[in-house]
Amino acid sequence: MKHDMIGDPLNRVDGRLKVTGGATYSGEYKIPGLTYGVLVPATITSGTLVSMDTKAAERAPGVLAVITPFNAPKVPGFQPGAAKPVKGLKLFNDDQVHFNGQPIALVVAETFERATYAASLVKATYKAAPFETDFHKNFDKGVVPNEGKYKDYVRGEADAYKNAPVIVEQDYMLPSEMHNPMELHVTIAFWDGDDKVTLYTKSQGVIGSQRAIAGAFGLDPANVQINSRFVGGAFGSSLRTWPHEFAAVQAAKLVKRPVKLTLTREQMFTLVGYRPLTIQKIGLGAAADGKLVGITHESHSQTAVYEEFTENAVNVSRFLYASPNANTRYKVVPLNVGVPAPMRGPGEATGSFALESALDELSYKLKLDPIELRLRNYTYTDPERNLPWSSKFLKECYQQGSERIGWDKRPAEPGTLRDGEWMVGYGIGCGAFGAYRSKTSAKIKLLPDGTVNIQSATSDIGPGTATSMTLIAADTLGIPADKITFELGNSSFPVAPTQGGSQTCSSVGSAVHDVCVALKQKLNSLAGLPTDSTAAIDYSSILQKLNLPVLELTQDSQAGDEAKNYSMYSFSAHFAQVYVHPLTGVVKVKKLVAVVDGGKIVNRKTASSQMIGGAVGGLGMVLTEEAVFDDRYGRYVNGNFADYHVPVNADVPDIEAIFIDKPDPIINPVGSKGLGEISLIGVAAAVANAVYNATGKRIRELPITPDKILTTT
Amino acid sequence: MSKKTNQEKGEPLLGGSRRDFLKQSSLLSAMALTPGPVIKAAEEQWDEKIADVFEKVQVNLEVNGVMHSVKVEPRVTLLDLLREELNLTGSKKGCDRGQCGACTVHVNGVRINSCLSLAVTNTGKKITTIEGLATNDQLHPMQEAFIKHDGFQCGYCTSGQIMSAVALVKEGRTQSREQISEFMSGNICRCGAYSNIVKAIQEVKNSQL
Ligand code: FES
Ligand code: FES
Repeated sequence: MKHDMIGDPLNRVDGRLKVTGGATYSGEYKIPGLTYGVLVPATITSGTLVSMDTKAAERAPGVLAVITPFNAPKVPGFQPGAAKPVKGLKLFNDDQVHFNGQPIALVVAETFERATYAASLVKATYKAAPFETDFHKNFDKGVVPNEGKYKDYVRGEADAYKNAPVIVEQDYMLPSEMHNPMELHVTIAFWDGDDKVTLYTKSQGVIGSQRAIAGAFGLDPANVQINSRFVGGAFGSSLRTWPHEFAAVQAAKLVKRPVKLTLTREQMFTLVGYRPLTIQKIGLGAAADGKLVGITHESHSQTAVYEEFTENAVNVSRFLYASPNANTRYKVVPLNVGVPAPMRGPGEATGSFALESALDELSYKLKLDPIELRLRNYTYTDPERNLPWSSKFLKECYQQGSERIGWDKRPAEPGTLRDGEWMVGYGIGCGAFGAYRSKTSAKIKLLPDGTVNIQSATSDIGPGTATSMTLIAADTLGIPADKITFELGNSSFPVAPTQGGSQTCSSVGSAVHDVCVALKQKLNSLAGLPTDSTAAIDYSSILQKLNLPVLELTQDSQAGDEAKNYSMYSFSAHFAQVYVHPLTGVVKVKKLVAVVDGGKIVNRKTASSQMIGGAVGGLGMVLTEEAVFDDRYGRYVNGNFADYHVPVNADVPDIEAIFIDKPDPIINPVGSKGLGEISLIGVAAAVANAVYNATGKRIRELPITPDKILTTT
Repeated sequence: MSKKTNQEKGEPLLGGSRRDFLKQSSLLSAMALTPGPVIKAAEEQWDEKIADVFEKVQVNLEVNGVMHSVKVEPRVTLLDLLREELNLTGSKKGCDRGQCGACTVHVNGVRINSCLSLAVTNTGKKITTIEGLATNDQLHPMQEAFIKHDGFQCGYCTSGQIMSAVALVKEGRTQSREQISEFMSGNICRCGAYSNIVKAIQEVKNSQL
């Protein structure tokens, strides 16, 4: 395809709506007769509900229903032997409590205030059971997950690093981190008769939500309408349909009115997933010249007793560097906690923090520049699968990033560079994330006035999906972007994958490209030209001439067997310059440079924002974010924005995003590999390594807070 | 007032408030055979009418130049009044605790977190929300600058950011990048658009010199 417009900076097509308050998020639809649902949390951490007293709540003003395990109508998909069983927690289906904060009742009332007040009146009696929430205490209870891909991996010899001349063997700890999108998770549900339901819900994938709700309630998916046009961030917290969403549907059925159920910020700490607390052990062995002899990567992370959560924490160590010997082990530790969920960059970000930190430690032992060490172990093919990369420009990332950050000023000896009273250091952290493409369908409509409308059931949680899709369509059709509208977030549109795993541009972009090509071919044949004619087409006149009111086409688009023959990844190299104050332990990131090989960049403007946003997420991971658990009670002590610190404006320096911007020739017709995850993967290590370079203090437990700087020797 | 206490104790019939009485008498009149929700839905209107007279408070306030006269329960926040009653959903709820800034509006020209302000305390005041910033079709310069510098991604924090940013310029707290960042730190953006937000504010500030 030609790339006339692709790559241009285009303002967001929905920008005006977002700056005027006109963008309507899921909880903001005015539905006649709307009622409000508020969840009541369990106050024990494990055990059985013996009885509940809901009389006071039911009598409170404006209350329509109080749903509990003792009176809830059965949800078909929650029952044993269901045709489409719902996985995970099934609210109000039995009397078991698996974690503190698990909802035990849902109060529905005429107003939010009345529902909130009535929820405070619900009383429960429990038979408490012993519980386990302490990850460290239960570390040895880790189990290898059931799914085959999490089995131990060995290439060459296991633990070969132990016999190498130069060895690093260290543990790295990452606390649980919350997605904390700014929008509270919310669902509005209402029924039309007994077999049709409509939801406005915070979702990264309306088709996924449609299938989940249809499966649970035994409905025809065509009778389940999901709307999620604007999503106020999600970062993975809306990849699946959560228990409260089923509960809203259940409640709406019971009260026969629309129900809006909004989680509180505190409830979002337990009910919509998080990046799990993880301890990783890395063993690296190298020859004196820096060539790796062996890599061992082990990971333990927490999961819930009622549902197993897994992610790719250890995989990066199998393929990012050439090493004849590599092995990984992955285990999960079930606890009485809410289940985790993939959080931006998911396991790959966790894994990269450990591997890239260890590599940095190795560089000092070898007295080699960290970039030089990476170059000596650079691999031109995927050592895990023995396949060529579809494209890889990581070397170019090293080079451009080191120039922009001023790597030549990095002191080889840590703790030796100062600016006034501040200690100054530089660090690098790299990462990779699989480039995926899923089957996607798009519908195009050409109207006689020459305007084009495209629909696909994808989402936009922030990257600017409609804007990039508009650019791809404008480029493929050769018409101005302002003639095109792109619609998403509606389950009645043609099928698209959930927005996750950085695959929207690749998957939906391909479908948009393909449907535009199909439209051009159709128009050529209507005009009596060969279908592949590239002659300019006057879009408005053709329909008028043929007297057609509209020309409409739907096109499926999917990958061939590229993924069998190539290893496809986006790559990143992040660079940080930090200032550390020796007396207060304060770490200031002065400059961040994020260089990414994400294939072709579709919209430079939104792509830069996406990179900057991922980098800010990485800053939170490395410096401020930690969900603190009180194991005496099994509860978080900082379930709010005042005590759980996401980065604020003053924490964030100017961040420079650099794109290699070379189209991947294999993955899809656009050549785009994806940015959402890779923008975060590697940032934490870059900053942690820069802190070491500045201070000579290696902090292996995130977040790197001032107290750790001051107490580490 | 003993109302809350009575309800909490779940005291029967006459020990309760006017509305407990209504609810319970309706239950009695239906001989407790009809499912609760149905009765309540049927009786609700009476419930509401009485509440209107006894439990709601009159609020008269001007929002974006339009006078509103509404009766609300005293516990309703300004944010919930705007979003749920007046259908002005541009002001966002990110925490309901004064910790995120998504709900920032101007009251008599001063920026506040509307989730921390009870609606009834705003009687007689002039409120400006994000919906009131543009004049006719003409965007406020700060809105233009946010679009130009891509000062947002998901857009959920954006109303609050812009309302704070407009106030910041007025307050003269835009003297340096550091000052802007410091004074914008009550507005969280989880998408991480901070550096673009700063650029947008700097542009508006500079254009006013
Ligand atoms: S909703 Fe008001 S500060 Fe967060
Ligand atoms: S734009 Fe998404 S939170 Fe700021």
